Amino acid sequence: MAEPLLRLVDLRKHYGGLAVTDGVSLDVLPGEIHAVIGPNGAGKTTLIHEITGVVRPDAGQVVFAGRDVTRLSLPRRVRAGLARTFQITSVVPGFTALANVALAVQARLGSSFRFLRPAASEAATNTAAMDALAEVGLADRAEVPAGALSHGEKRALELAIALATKPRLLLLDEPLAGAGPEETERLIALLTRLKSAYTILLVEHDMQAVFALADRVSVLVYGRVIATGTVAEIRGNPEVRAAYLGEDEA
Amino acid sequence: MREAWLPLAVLLALGAAPLLGFGGSYETTLMARVMILAMAAVSLSFLVGGAGLVSLGHAASVGVGAYAVAILDAHNVTEAARVLPAAIGAAALFSMVTGAVAIRTSGVHFIMITLAFGQMAFFTASSLAAYGGDDGYTLYSRTEVWGSRLLGNRLTFHYVCLGALALTWALCAMLLASRFGRVLRAARENAQRVEAVGLAPYPFRLVAYVIAGAIGGAAGFLLANATEFVSPAGISWQRSGELLFMVILGGVGRLWGAILGAVAFVLLETWLADHVAHWKMVFGPLLVLAVLFLKGGLSGLVVRRHG
Repeated sequence: MAEPLLRLVDLRKHYGGLAVTDGVSLDVLPGEIHAVIGPNGAGKTTLIHEITGVVRPDAGQVVFAGRDVTRLSLPRRVRAGLARTFQITSVVPGFTALANVALAVQARLGSSFRFLRPAASEAATNTAAMDALAEVGLADRAEVPAGALSHGEKRALELAIALATKPRLLLLDEPLAGAGPEETERLIALLTRLKSAYTILLVEHDMQAVFALADRVSVLVYGRVIATGTVAEIRGNPEVRAAYLGEDEA
Repeated sequence: MREAWLPLAVLLALGAAPLLGFGGSYETTLMARVMILAMAAVSLSFLVGGAGLVSLGHAASVGVGAYAVAILDAHNVTEAARVLPAAIGAAALFSMVTGAVAIRTSGVHFIMITLAFGQMAFFTASSLAAYGGDDGYTLYSRTEVWGSRLLGNRLTFHYVCLGALALTWALCAMLLASRFGRVLRAARENAQRVEAVGLAPYPFRLVAYVIAGAIGGAAGFLLANATEFVSPAGISWQRSGELLFMVILGGVGRLWGAILGAVAFVLLETWLADHVAHWKMVFGPLLVLAVLFLKGGLSGLVVRRHG
């Protein structure tokens, strides 16, 4: 077995008496799509915050690419190669789609403490930004203000921004949340294309999408991982069915 | 830049005015006040509209610059080559120390903490008995430039102020368009987004705050020389409020709006004070109406007209 890219070791987080993360251990292997599913209140959001550096766990370790990043801030983890998207779309609405991505490119390419040249006319950042936009199918929308894009396009733009940071791991927080059926289909097609090139940790509600995309699935219930396995194993796991899937959904 | 014809015309008019018969003492004094306050307002607009940092203590950096001139004057240091860097440096240092604390907060907290630092500067200045205390300090002379009394010349001083204003505008515009400015603008709209591409907004905001403070210090240097007088009133929160008002009146989204805002503010204030007995009772409501009905400020009005 290959060395895991992301390893969570016995993460714990309490809010008052409530154990929101209750000893979570989990490995994401290079090249796989690892999905985390769980009912509402299972602690998915807190877990993402712990992985990305928004919330510091009470105990345990987050090891990324062999390095303990438990104490690093969000920006530092991003620079180490851990990119994320947000459950609620997060773009700069007043910037064009291109400028949104170019911001990520300039963060990666050299210092952002540059004061003289107009950033909008930097060929190197714009070219790299266009590549990322093309990768998600937004090349023809480059000059549109991000605030004027459709919901599905904003989702895709957020992916392009994450890709522009040249991540080693993509953490997707419910990328399908709020998307209509048609948009969902297009986003799943897009994620399927990205699948071959990126290691992805996918947190998602949409079961059909998870079962279509994921290589492995971990099920989170009340802050604990109750099962990890392939899609088939998870579908067949009686404990999971009882805790989460319900008889008719499975 | 095509939409910026009006502020450019204003700068041209200011440049031409002394040659067209407006070169008297009254006119040049008034215009110097307009240009210097416009300079401070543009640097504040850079903070408010560019970085999203609504400071209610910007007059403090202007005051620090002005007091640097006064204090050095009291110790017989009147050479511009030393006074100007001291004024800018003192204001930048003040901004760095106060900004390091203030920028850890945001929103209303940031407004209140900048107000508090401004008032601290105000009371400090009031207690400087050696430099006039409450009454203020009258300079022995204007700052000298390599030993010459260049700034004492009305016309020269006029064009120095005009040049400083134009330079301020150009500098702030350049900064906002740069990589640095892009981070500031993005963080104003969505700080979380900036963090998620791997950049912490704090150092960028702090540098912006120091730059705006340094420009404020330069404006304070000019203001002290324009009036040859420095007093705590120039640091009061009312002055900070006036600067903020000029920015809002001109339109927050455009740097040059602050130039229009400063011109309109000072001219209206001066005209009313000359013609109406209880002018403040007219001035206040006029300002309120302007804010209510001029969405996007004066600059928004200009841009809308031109499609």
